[in-house]
Amino acid sequence: MSQQINTTTTNTDHTAALSKGERNEPTGFLDMELLRFSTAGSVDDGKSTLIGRLLYDSKSIFEDQLHAMQEASDRLGNEELNLALLTDGLRAEREQGITIDVAYRYFATPKRKFIIADTPGHIEYTRNMVTGASTADVAIILIDARNGIIEQTKRHSYIASLLQIPNVILAINKMDLVNFSEEVYNTIQLEFEKIAEKLKFRNIHFIPISAKNGDNVVDASVNTPWYHGETLLTLLESIPVHNNDNQLAPRFPVQYVIEAPNEDGSVYKGFAGRVAGGFFNVGDNVLALPSNRSSIIKAIDQGPDPLSKAITPQSVTIRLDGDLNIKRGDMLVRINRNYPKYSSMITLNVCWLNVKPLHVGDKYIIQHTTDETKAIVTDIRYKVNINTLENITDVKSVLVNDIAHITIKTVKPLKYDDYNENRITGSLILIDENTFETVGAGMIVTDDEVYSYNI
Amino acid sequence: MEHQKLTHLKDLEAESIYILREVAAQFERPSLLFSGGKDSIVMAHLAYKAFYPAKIPFPFVHIDTGHNFEETITYRDELVNRIGAILIVGSVEESIRQGRVFEEKGYSASRNKLQTTTLLDTLEEHRFDAALGGARRDEEKARAKERFFSHRDEFGQWDPKNQRPELWNIFNGKKQEGEHFRIFPISNWTEMDVWQYILHENIVLPSLYYTHEREVFERDGSIYAALPAIPRKPAEEVKLRRVRCRTIGDITCTGLTLSAADSLEEIISEIAGSRVTERGGRTDDRRSEAAMEDRKKAGYF
Repeated sequence: MSQQINTTTTNTDHTAALSKGERNEPTGFLDMELLRFSTAGSVDDGKSTLIGRLLYDSKSIFEDQLHAMQEASDRLGNEELNLALLTDGLRAEREQGITIDVAYRYFATPKRKFIIADTPGHIEYTRNMVTGASTADVAIILIDARNGIIEQTKRHSYIASLLQIPNVILAINKMDLVNFSEEVYNTIQLEFEKIAEKLKFRNIHFIPISAKNGDNVVDASVNTPWYHGETLLTLLESIPVHNNDNQLAPRFPVQYVIEAPNEDGSVYKGFAGRVAGGFFNVGDNVLALPSNRSSIIKAIDQGPDPLSKAITPQSVTIRLDGDLNIKRGDMLVRINRNYPKYSSMITLNVCWLNVKPLHVGDKYIIQHTTDETKAIVTDIRYKVNINTLENITDVKSVLVNDIAHITIKTVKPLKYDDYNENRITGSLILIDENTFETVGAGMIVTDDEVYSYNI
Repeated sequence: MEHQKLTHLKDLEAESIYILREVAAQFERPSLLFSGGKDSIVMAHLAYKAFYPAKIPFPFVHIDTGHNFEETITYRDELVNRIGAILIVGSVEESIRQGRVFEEKGYSASRNKLQTTTLLDTLEEHRFDAALGGARRDEEKARAKERFFSHRDEFGQWDPKNQRPELWNIFNGKKQEGEHFRIFPISNWTEMDVWQYILHENIVLPSLYYTHEREVFERDGSIYAALPAIPRKPAEEVKLRRVRCRTIGDITCTGLTLSAADSLEEIISEIAGSRVTERGGRTDDRRSEAAMEDRKKAGYF
């Protein structure tokens, strides 16, 4: 059926590889940052319309996409161009007019590149919202100005807070349907600020918009002379990206060990991974966990290029002084800095993703950074009613879309931080031992008091 | 400390290299699907960087429809030689000869759909448990919903309504016997990101991407190469034009663009000004609104 072609040459001319000569230094459009944001809301809030508007007004929709959308709009009997059709990609979504799964969309302005994780807003898709929010730098929560803050707003706010998204934008939409009333806007803002006091947000922004007509989305609206803030796009272009990452305690989960013969007969041995907090310099004293062996960083490589420093979230290869027995799942940290916790008794907030419930005594496979082990559920302390933000105690099982506070005991101790401190070393997933499906998303809690959400 | 920023290209590169290394760590028999197009060339470049100075720890697999541009094959062979990779070729013509698939008839005949069978047969023959692909989410609306680690059942099929949740940067590659994963490390890249990265890294591309003079003909508003792989209707007149490829696939579904761009800078400014998506020139996607979703469910790339 297929033939195999083995090449005879060896990989010695490293510098040539696929590149010709020198790399081009980033200038102009090559020197832009990437911002990842999520949107939560239902079709009724105008979420898909808002995304369609951002893409349309930033001229990121192409003629053939527009043409396909126009045809689909006509077929569904929409009078105007239905911008929502751009984001609903699966056949079932278009037919039912709902968003089911997370969809990723891309656009760029002269200032930044953007990745949108477009998530569904209904309670039965909480797990998709959590998935989309897990990598976001910014969450946009949509509020229908006519309805104000509803259960769904509380749910989306709770998820944004639980997932520790650094920035939250409250987009108060459909302002055209409340005559662009400043009073309506202020009432919603005040009410939300009361809720926010009890959640864990770092930065909150409010913007009055009309996604359908474009007010304050890309261009400032003439209908809201009382609003002096930025438009949504201007805000997205200026919010800092990865701002705190390099101030975190240095963490380097070892992903893969690279070994290759050098030309002089010695052996190249490097620990490949992605910096998960802080930064590392050549010459730093580091500790390998869990073996507790110390060493010095001899070199940091990025492919054939040597670096003097590796920052979050770069993928690099670290070479150490001496021959340490380090494997995938181990972690390098800087000596005399804030060390991660090391324990097999772990408390976490879990979002349950599977129809098969979780009970005390159930066993799961755990993936945490590049590490893997097994765990047993030792306690379910409470569940959170994410519509009212109240705790429910005396819980026997955790059902799909539930968010619960549980404890687990792992076979092998984990090296971790509080999720509130570090979203990478503080997160884990639970995997069903039989189906191998990802069934739970866990956010590690090291201080219970800080995390009891009681409203 | 001063805030040190990572450019969007470095951010995307870091994510892709992380995923390539996860694949090498989590799977026993991974492979890299290589078409000779710019996306798979970028994948090869990223894989080279991810494991340097060791060799890339998996073979390249090319599903050859037998309707490839000659330049693609020359480039492919040079590339695997240069980086010391192993190349496995799955042949659609061979699948046709063995009666596994039947050639479409008529002027719009394409071997695009037939590739799925050859692909699945090749993955099975070599017992690959992971196949890395250069597909991107911005290409097409069904792909916009697909995971980085995309699970395939024992028949190689994708179930879009029952995908595994993918959280943070934790990737679950666990599977039952006979199942496999398709993995898309450059999911988050756009067409523009790919071109900017090629410029940034100064990557050598097949000459087809740059302007060249070629005998072409027009059909349904698209320009195709006048080569024996596409039978022409009597009224379809052959003309000499300066063209280039915006994407490279099989000759029968690769629309050409009239262009004088002969440098990466010129290509980038041409794409920045373009009002049609790159797959706008791909006949295979225009067959229906859910053409890609349906092909992917069946096991396509």
